[in-house]
Amino acid sequence: MDSNSSFPKGKIQNIRGRCLILSGDDIDTDRIIPARFLKCVSFENLGEQVFADDRKELNGDHPFDQKINKGASILIVNQNFGCGSSREHAPQALMRWGIRAIIGQSFAEIFYGNCLALGIPCGTMSEHKIATLETIISENPMEEWKLDLNQETLNNHKTSLGLNYQPGALEMLRTGRWDATYQLTSNSDKLTQKLKNLPYLNQFNN
Amino acid sequence: MSSGTLFDKVWDLHQVAKLPGGSSQLFIGLHLIHEVTSPQAFAALKDKGLNVFCPDRTVATVDHIVPTTNQNRPFSDPLAEEMLVTLESNCLNHDIKLYGIGSGHQGIVHVIAPELGLTQPGMTIACGDSHTSTHGAFGAIAFGVGTSQVRDVLASQSLAMNKLKVRRIFVEGNLNEGVYAKDLILHIIRELGVKGGVGYAYEFAGPAIQALSMEERMTICNMSIEGGARCGYINPDEVTFEYLQGRLCAPIEDSWNRATNWWRSLCSEENAIFDDEVLLNAAKIAPTVTWGITPGQSISIDENIPTPDCLEQSDRSIAEEGYKYMGLRPGTPIKGTPVDVCFIGSCTNGRISDLQAAAKIAKGQNVARGVKAFVVPGSEQVAQEAKAERLDEIFREAGFEWRDPGCSMCLAMNPDRLEGRQISASSSNRNFKGRQGSSSGRTLLMSPAMVAAAAITGEVTDVRILLNKAL
Ligand code: SF4
Repeated sequence: MDSNSSFPKGKIQNIRGRCLILSGDDIDTDRIIPARFLKCVSFENLGEQVFADDRKELNGDHPFDQKINKGASILIVNQNFGCGSSREHAPQALMRWGIRAIIGQSFAEIFYGNCLALGIPCGTMSEHKIATLETIISENPMEEWKLDLNQETLNNHKTSLGLNYQPGALEMLRTGRWDATYQLTSNSDKLTQKLKNLPYLNQFNN
Repeated sequence: MSSGTLFDKVWDLHQVAKLPGGSSQLFIGLHLIHEVTSPQAFAALKDKGLNVFCPDRTVATVDHIVPTTNQNRPFSDPLAEEMLVTLESNCLNHDIKLYGIGSGHQGIVHVIAPELGLTQPGMTIACGDSHTSTHGAFGAIAFGVGTSQVRDVLASQSLAMNKLKVRRIFVEGNLNEGVYAKDLILHIIRELGVKGGVGYAYEFAGPAIQALSMEERMTICNMSIEGGARCGYINPDEVTFEYLQGRLCAPIEDSWNRATNWWRSLCSEENAIFDDEVLLNAAKIAPTVTWGITPGQSISIDENIPTPDCLEQSDRSIAEEGYKYMGLRPGTPIKGTPVDVCFIGSCTNGRISDLQAAAKIAKGQNVARGVKAFVVPGSEQVAQEAKAERLDEIFREAGFEWRDPGCSMCLAMNPDRLEGRQISASSSNRNFKGRQGSSSGRTLLMSPAMVAAAAITGEVTDVRILLNKAL
């Protein structure tokens, strides 16, 4: 599992790593992180709990347990990934397992936004391209890939596949402005101004 | 687009900047936190190497996980204990005021902030809890937020948000005897639907609203969220000011006068423009009870559970799910439905006036055999006031259990829960499947007086009959 220091930060333009395939449409947030893990005081252990029930059922054969996928950071999924509740625990769990980018046919909207807030780009490809990609990865799972957000491509030494991002999200990631907390804290002058000017913070003298 | 409303004025005043994604950065005047949604936010803050920006505008209490029978530490549930320990250390490390157990002011976050006078007109208030809408009763813009927004508010005392539309719900007439604020809000949700308020702030106005006490107004605004509205509010008036004056954190002396002047100036203008308006009549409302699995599935005590053919097409499938889950038949009366558990409490109806209304029904009566009935005051202060009026004795004598303050069986994150398919008469706000701690448990929402009536008779009962006897 990755340490905190390698969580996404700043401008996100290139992500290098191995790919891991998780097949299936409509994988919901309850499967990504079952509800019982919400009664916790930190997101820290979520990496181990990601897909807990699915993994238990497959008894070591789940993609997130297979040895060959250890250390992979680009997750390949199918349709409507991340549907269900708005829990932020879902992308947190994936991120804490080591996922830094997701590529799929389509994503649930809230999940997409939650990922963006963590600096995890969710790119889309056609069904056909995803299938091609899955074949290449299955043939050589140890291969390194480079996700290039400037070119909007996923490349290995001989293949290059184009993918799509929502323009606003892409811009925010590339320029490092995806972090809402960062945006909000960077306006500290204006915030201090509010503290000075709001009547109820100044004995109603303003 | 709305203009000249209290919502517009408060929004404009708190807007800090426009953000790159197109949303607004909104300053938050008061941030309330509790043990369930704050720990990850503090952890995230630490991950990012950030501090709490305004510790003195952040106030904490513990409510969701506290046991109501034995609050001695450590709690018997180690997970609950861990959550409280985490909150305590986060508050200590960041200099945040925590109203803990035994402080005299611990309680459900939406009960204590108004009680302390922290909640005031014209503020923006956020809390990692959807019932933050409660505070709108004072003419504040108050809404629930998710954990990442809790983190943002801790870090910057602000959050990114898109402006809401404003719908005025104008209520004429007066509530009849035996009909309470809870009935009114259940009726509103029934009329407008549980998704009707999505994208809106609700302004509750009109003679019926103005006639309500502050506690009743809180009940109304509390359940705005059940109607889909992220926030609900009522323009501040003399009732508001009278409630606030003299409270621990309310303005005093000269600033009190300046405050009331400013508060008055915030009210929606006579010619304010609303995005939508709805007109209702309070006099037509009877005691209201939910029969299904959403707060919108409610009927008057005299009505029968609706049959699919008298429902809109879009409501039918959820109705079918409701009949099945609740084990109730369409076309049959709700009155007379036997209940197993009666719960009086929650941020909707756990205040002193709620306990008074319920005690009036319980006085001199006995809880029906086989029914478990309990009262959970919303805060330590409510408990104290109730004891001073000997309401605890009235309840105990009638066979109710008298508990310590907390959220309790509203969502059953503590040991208070339904078992198996038990059915509860509950003064809380959500009747979702499994909400009260058993995955097959069933909930009938109603006013606290109606819950007391159900406890006495052992079945869903028209409280007006008992009220007439009590007179
Ligand atoms: S009483 Fe119920 S609705 Fe209110 S804050 Fe507690 S759990 Fe939430």
